[in-house]
Amino acid sequence: MAQKTVLRKPRGFIDVYKHKPGAEKDRTHYCPGCGHGILHKLIAEALEDFDLVEKSIVISPVGCSVFAYYYFDTGNLQVAHGRAPAVASAVSRANPDSVVISYQGDGDLAAIGGNNILQAANRGENMVVFFVNNAIYGMTGGQMAPTTLEGQKTTTTPYGRNIRTDGYPIQMCELINQLTAPVYIARTSLHDMPNIRKTRAAVRKGIQNAMNRKGFSFVEVLSMCPSGWKMDAVQSQNWIKENMIPRFPLDTYRDNSDQPYTVERPVPIMDPEEVRKILGFGSLKTANLRQNPDAVLRKVALRVSGFGGQGIMSTGIALANVGMEYGYNVSWLPSYGPEMRGGTANCSVKVQEETIGAAECTEPNMVIAMNQPSLEKFEKILVPDGVLMYNSTLIDIEPTRKDIKVYPVPITGMADELGDTRVQSMVSVGAFAAVTGMFDPGEIKSLMPVLFAGKSDKVMKLNEDAVQMGYDYVKDNFS
Amino acid sequence: MPRKLMKGNYAAVYGAALAGCQAYYGYPITPASEIAESAAAIFPKLGRTFLQAESEVAAINMVYGAAGCGQRVMTGSSGPGISLKQEGLSYCAGSALPCVVVDIMRGGPGLGNIGPEQGDYNQVVKGGGHGNYKNIVLAPNSAQEMCDLTMLAFELADKYRNPVFVLTDGVIGQMMEAVELPEPVSEFPDKSEWAVRGTADSRHLINSIYLDHDDLEWWNEELARKYALVQKNEVRVEEYRMDDAVIAAIAYGSVSRVLRSAVDLARDRGVKLGMFRPVTLFPFPNEQVLALPDRGIKGILTVEMSNGQLVNDVNLALRGKMISDLHSRMGGNVPSALEIVEKVSELYGV
Ligand SMILES: Cc1ncc(C[n+]2csc(CCOP(=O)(O)OP(=O)(O)O)c2C)c(N)n1
Ligand code: SF4
Ligand SMILES: [Mg+2]
Repeated sequence: MAQKTVLRKPRGFIDVYKHKPGAEKDRTHYCPGCGHGILHKLIAEALEDFDLVEKSIVISPVGCSVFAYYYFDTGNLQVAHGRAPAVASAVSRANPDSVVISYQGDGDLAAIGGNNILQAANRGENMVVFFVNNAIYGMTGGQMAPTTLEGQKTTTTPYGRNIRTDGYPIQMCELINQLTAPVYIARTSLHDMPNIRKTRAAVRKGIQNAMNRKGFSFVEVLSMCPSGWKMDAVQSQNWIKENMIPRFPLDTYRDNSDQPYTVERPVPIMDPEEVRKILGFGSLKTANLRQNPDAVLRKVALRVSGFGGQGIMSTGIALANVGMEYGYNVSWLPSYGPEMRGGTANCSVKVQEETIGAAECTEPNMVIAMNQPSLEKFEKILVPDGVLMYNSTLIDIEPTRKDIKVYPVPITGMADELGDTRVQSMVSVGAFAAVTGMFDPGEIKSLMPVLFAGKSDKVMKLNEDAVQMGYDYVKDNFS
Repeated sequence: MPRKLMKGNYAAVYGAALAGCQAYYGYPITPASEIAESAAAIFPKLGRTFLQAESEVAAINMVYGAAGCGQRVMTGSSGPGISLKQEGLSYCAGSALPCVVVDIMRGGPGLGNIGPEQGDYNQVVKGGGHGNYKNIVLAPNSAQEMCDLTMLAFELADKYRNPVFVLTDGVIGQMMEAVELPEPVSEFPDKSEWAVRGTADSRHLINSIYLDHDDLEWWNEELARKYALVQKNEVRVEEYRMDDAVIAAIAYGSVSRVLRSAVDLARDRGVKLGMFRPVTLFPFPNEQVLALPDRGIKGILTVEMSNGQLVNDVNLALRGKMISDLHSRMGGNVPSALEIVEKVSELYGV
């Protein structure tokens, strides 16, 4: 009786290639003798054998395998040139239980996406990468790839690749083997049956690693491109054996598949009650506007300025916080970037009942100058009748303007007296409260848990003392 | 309502967290870095993903991946980084993937500087990548709106399956204000029709390739229909003292805050200036701008921290009925209320 052979596609493939346009929905778009089709089949078989078809997600790159999604009966994402490892990283994190396959050519992976593959490998992303090294850009018609061999003619190396101008063929396995995180790194070839069998084993190992959350596996496959190389199928196989393998040795460069480590990913907390708790809704207060009828300033447009390290920013933030707790509208705007590095820093603070327009105080009605350059700079832009408070510990010149109110306060000196220069900020806040009459020191002190959240009682007490000291100084000296 | 003092950049991340954003992918850049930093601080506590990508190119492609899996996902950057994201954004739009991008604009072109500017208007509002697509663009002008409009951005992104930008500048990103935290979103749209989840039922295809010319033309027309719908439904504006205004000044983002001060200052001087502020830049408030001359407005001044990018849209909307003047500051310089009022007086003799 004649033997009957039943041929069928592995279940990893879609039965009828419905995404493929045109009439031929039963065959691939690859050229005869191309390696892509063989590798696709090895992957599809493995997915079937490990029962992973439904759990897998294939990332189709840009290159001849751009249409990998025609074939695999998995979840599919087609992505930008070279970015498959970046996309796959997020896909794997979004679906930690899935098997994520990044399928890429040499132009895609080693040229335009060179950094993306290294970084994904270095993060140990849970994915398997199949890297088709055919030493050429197949899809765009046979241009040089990073893996093109020395002397190899392509459409963009018509005289042969010159290593002096084009560099050397990049050996990706060797490169990735410099990184600590990857679990499995191997190079195989598709040029004959024994090597296809070895490729099959490597494909299966990579897929199993992804399934078992072992992390990052990298399988480089030397693959025929008869069209790009302008050879027939048999010549192409021989060309791999004779020319590619000497440059790209076939080997398992690393196999830590047995390591006990598995990739863990967090479970997002989406429950509104939990979210509110974690974001700290519980500790927030509802403020009602409280006003002191004796306030000198009712609408504060303040500049705080001084050296970096004098607590300029924190003085402003503390005042904005206090204003907010009193029910005012507040804004705080820092000078940011290089300006801060130059030594002086300043910020704008607004505290007012009305909606705040511009946050920057271009015409402040109050200035706190912590050093001399600040006094010189900001005295000029104070509005007439504005308030200038300056740090008399460090500033020994007198303000020149006569149409403003001046409060010399030894801010640094008082902080030092308390034993910690860092409390200058709260000395300033206390002095501000006394000068403006907007807040009283007791209420500022009650806000310490807001202003110094997470700090020790000792720190809070010290800062309470600073507030009182600044407040008392102004009250005692300028009433 | 309970309030918290925070930077605009932080507020955007709070908004994202409250909107159920499950992943943040980004790369640091001043003045947007606090977005990445606050996401790094907040997201892990919520079991959400934070990853510092190797570049903005990687970040937007991670966003593509997460969005393709049905997650609410966000990235943030500033000019140079937004330039790098353009290819990925085009892929997101082409594959109809919802995502949120925050752009805290800085001075350009090139490395420019880190001062506030609005020079990204064209590359964000016009859909700066290749192909026929648009981003929906929201333009907050306060820390509160950084939170609220980021939440809205997620809603619109899902509603229209399109990238949504939260576009503002260094001033709004860096300034601190009181923010009332809204309630966390508890109901999310069903994406099972298209999102890839690594399950039997979710073996969908995320893709922007249409080899057949007719197919791709159809898809482009579909996108155009979507954008027409967005234009019809989603325009948002804010006005201040426009009721009796004779001169209208138009600005968005931090400039609109200065404008509010300028309006008050002008009114103190007896000049009837009003503020017209587009909150959405795409969709642009074309009809509302076109109606200005009929509301007794005799002069329109567009104020922007760019070289006439916004005023182009204002003038397109005006269809020649009136021509808006331009007051432009650049390089990190912020216009002051006084200079705006003086410009108004000089231009319109009021
Ligand atoms: C950003 C971008 N640059 C260039 C291209 C054009 N392009 C398409 S495929 C390709 C080369 C692909 O070569 P490779 O990754 O080796 O895949 P192969 O076709 O050889 O399998 C290029 C340059 C593109 N699609 N996108
Ligand atoms: S061009 Fe080369 S890589 Fe592409 S399908 Fe043909 S043989 Fe395969
Ligand atoms: Mg190739």
